[in-house]
Amino acid sequence: MRPEDILISTPLGLCCKRGGFHIDPVRPVEQALITHGHSDHARAGHGAVLATQETLDIMRLRYGANFAGSTQAIAYGETLTLDGVQVSFHPAGHVLGSAQIAVEADGLRIVASGDYKDARDPTCAPFELVPCDVFITEATFGLPVFRHGDAQGEIDKLLRSVALFPERAHMVGAYSLGKAQRVMALIRAAGYERPIYLHGAMETITRYYQQRGIDLGETPLVRDATKADLAGTITLCPPSSLQDRWTRRFPDPVSCFASGWMRVRARARQRGVELPLVISDHADWDGLTATIKATGASEIWVTHGQEDALVHWCTTQGLRARPLDIVGYGDEEETDVVAAQGDGA
Amino acid sequence: MNRFAELLDRLAYEPGRNNKLRLMSDYFRNTPAPERGYALAALTGTLSFQHAKPNVIRTLIEQRTDPVLFGLSRDYVGDTSETIALMWPVDPAKRPNAIPSITDVVTILNTLGKLELPAQLARWLDALDETGRWALLKLVTGALRVGVSARLAKTAAGSLGDKAPDEIELIWPGLAPPYLELFAWVEGRGERPQTDDPAPFRPAMLSHAIEETDFAALDAREFCAEWKWDGTRVQAAAGTRPDGRHVARLYSRTGEDISGSFPDLAEVLGFDGAIDGELLILREGRVQSFNVLQQRLNRKTVTPKLIAEFPAHLRAYDLLFENGEDLRTLPFTERRTRLEALLKRLDTPRIDLSPLIPFADWETLTAARADPASAGAGADAEAVEGVMIKRRDAPYVPGRPKGLWWKWKRDPFIVDAVLMYAQRGSGKRSSYYSDYTFGVWTDGGELVPVGKAYFGFTDAELLEIDRFVRKHTVSRFGPVREVVHDQGQGLVFEVAFEGLQRSTRHKSGVAMRFPRISRLRWDKPPRDADRLETLEKILVKIEQGRGPAPEATGAEKRDRMPL
Ligand SMILES: [Zn+2]
Repeated sequence: MRPEDILISTPLGLCCKRGGFHIDPVRPVEQALITHGHSDHARAGHGAVLATQETLDIMRLRYGANFAGSTQAIAYGETLTLDGVQVSFHPAGHVLGSAQIAVEADGLRIVASGDYKDARDPTCAPFELVPCDVFITEATFGLPVFRHGDAQGEIDKLLRSVALFPERAHMVGAYSLGKAQRVMALIRAAGYERPIYLHGAMETITRYYQQRGIDLGETPLVRDATKADLAGTITLCPPSSLQDRWTRRFPDPVSCFASGWMRVRARARQRGVELPLVISDHADWDGLTATIKATGASEIWVTHGQEDALVHWCTTQGLRARPLDIVGYGDEEETDVVAAQGDGA
Repeated sequence: MNRFAELLDRLAYEPGRNNKLRLMSDYFRNTPAPERGYALAALTGTLSFQHAKPNVIRTLIEQRTDPVLFGLSRDYVGDTSETIALMWPVDPAKRPNAIPSITDVVTILNTLGKLELPAQLARWLDALDETGRWALLKLVTGALRVGVSARLAKTAAGSLGDKAPDEIELIWPGLAPPYLELFAWVEGRGERPQTDDPAPFRPAMLSHAIEETDFAALDAREFCAEWKWDGTRVQAAAGTRPDGRHVARLYSRTGEDISGSFPDLAEVLGFDGAIDGELLILREGRVQSFNVLQQRLNRKTVTPKLIAEFPAHLRAYDLLFENGEDLRTLPFTERRTRLEALLKRLDTPRIDLSPLIPFADWETLTAARADPASAGAGADAEAVEGVMIKRRDAPYVPGRPKGLWWKWKRDPFIVDAVLMYAQRGSGKRSSYYSDYTFGVWTDGGELVPVGKAYFGFTDAELLEIDRFVRKHTVSRFGPVREVVHDQGQGLVFEVAFEGLQRSTRHKSGVAMRFPRISRLRWDKPPRDADRLETLEKILVKIEQGRGPAPEATGAEKRDRMPL
């Protein structure tokens, strides 16, 4: 029994022939298991979708009610058997509803982790370690220069800047699903109680988080505010809008961007960011390497990101490792461009 | 150190001058002595420890990381110190429990032996976070570039009280880190520090640009005029210390000590006083173009070869002090008489007097400005940037007083060029396409880029151009948009520029100096814009005026303030 007899990587994504399903397929398939709602992982048009309730809700909000032929919700920890293959979903700590998918047959367990992080996040269930034989890991931040540090410290930096420039508006670019809500929750945790303004593209998902009982305080829309109202305030917006004409409605805006990429100065400068905030929804280098070790897996498959460095590291640890060439997963940045353009607010 | 690192980090990203000032003054206000004083020293470049060599730091990281991972990381980040700062492995169990202050770093580095340096650096790197490590490595390698001039840092320190930067410049040469007396004085807790420097900088007097309409109100008989030389404004100050040693310094217009870059000039300042003048390069008695001067200004190390090839010269405009006597309240004509006498006594070919332009009325001066060669500038005419008009009775007033000194620049060169590419600006302009690449026609009927400009237009015009760019984009590359530019469709700019030089970097073979958009020619179809041939003719004219111009090599220089 080889792991490839259970899961193989195909141009469509990970495929389990025996169980008759794909995980996060990039094009429509009969049966899809979806790890989380980011649009590079969750696409519309599948015959049947199995995912957590939150992921299904998010897909419905993004693509409309008919995003799939049929849907089935699965709870964290619940096990289903699909043609003799057992599948279970476990918290990935990435965004609300995000899951790692464990696939098990003939005593061999493979965990496809999707996107994950092991850092604290008040807006979603914490990452759960699932021991396995083969661990499929992302490598978005798979270089040792990526250490995300303490997100709350980055928020403190933002709030100090707001205090120092009370006549300017602070615009925080953040992915609209997950990152934006986490940033808001962290701002609240730091004791900031004034309204946090939202770009129109942030509204649907943020209201959904709030309905799920995540307290983000008062979050009015920018479109209802005047330029004068916005002095000294914080606004969350899609990263793509930071350089948009939309910014002209703000008084002398400070362009901030919450992303793990902000760790590298050239990346921040390239985007014209004035206040980079190193806050990521992906595991950093230390998180990736610690998780890989802790799963106890003897074989590691590495997808999307800096595969080379992580594969190299695995081999220095005596682990078998190889890159999986699956095209179509990017960081969510590109996806957000589309979301923002669709909104026009 | 962490708070200072955060300041540096923020300054490096902040494009606005006033915002940089706010960030620094906030830091100075909320940071105790002596920490803030050493921070001021770091920002003004007055720390004097031996910088660590890049290979010392490289060796440190190589001993601690996998070479493959370091290589991949270095390629990704693009900067060695930053890579090291980010991937420095920290064992939480061994992390020192004290974060070094800048005071620790500076005082320890001042006394540390070369052999002890690597171990000390490693201990500090273990204790700091990513930003702290980045700042430390930039500091110890002497590569602290965060877009803050010494002048701006002093302005921020002065803003803690109500002290203007010029007041700080006056006493600066007598001060040393951590600047305890300076902060005490600025905050009103202490006396003004006494300067015992015999050759301090005196803040410079600057002029206003004259408009055609100003002349009607001015009586030509009350004014003198001299050439405005196209070099770099400097102040040569010299004096004798109580112990008898002679001190000579050359300052930039803003008071930065640039003596180290011009030892050939500093050594001939055998007087006691302060001369205001223009730094030029003279070869066989002829003033060289600014292009030539720039080749010397851009060099960090001064070699005998450089000095021989680019001999520095001071053309004197004014005398501020002489033998302890402050001449600044005297009328310009009296100061000039004293200056003439001083230069006669000095008798060095390295310093001469900027000649006056004889004129009885504004018509004569207008003619002189239009044709400096026939009005006394002779072979040096192409190094003349315009004329300076000075009231005969004007005292020397620091800053930019009204009605005493005027500058009247020569008309710029003008061409009509077609907008080809537009790029997003930075900071406040990041939502606008505000940086423009424009071109002129070749004989083959093709447009070639000849320059880039990002100012000269009004805010209202910027909006119009931005709208045009967005509507007429033909393709995009990252932040750059290619804009439609064919014979019939496109936007014509009238571009004004100060000079032209040959360039191997540009397809057109020429590069403009100080190009700016002087007018939008919505009325003009692109086919009527200028041809490359027009620029070549201008270039020939420039070169004939002053001998062959040097080949433009390095990056185009936007900023003329050197050093
Ligand atoms: Zn994701």
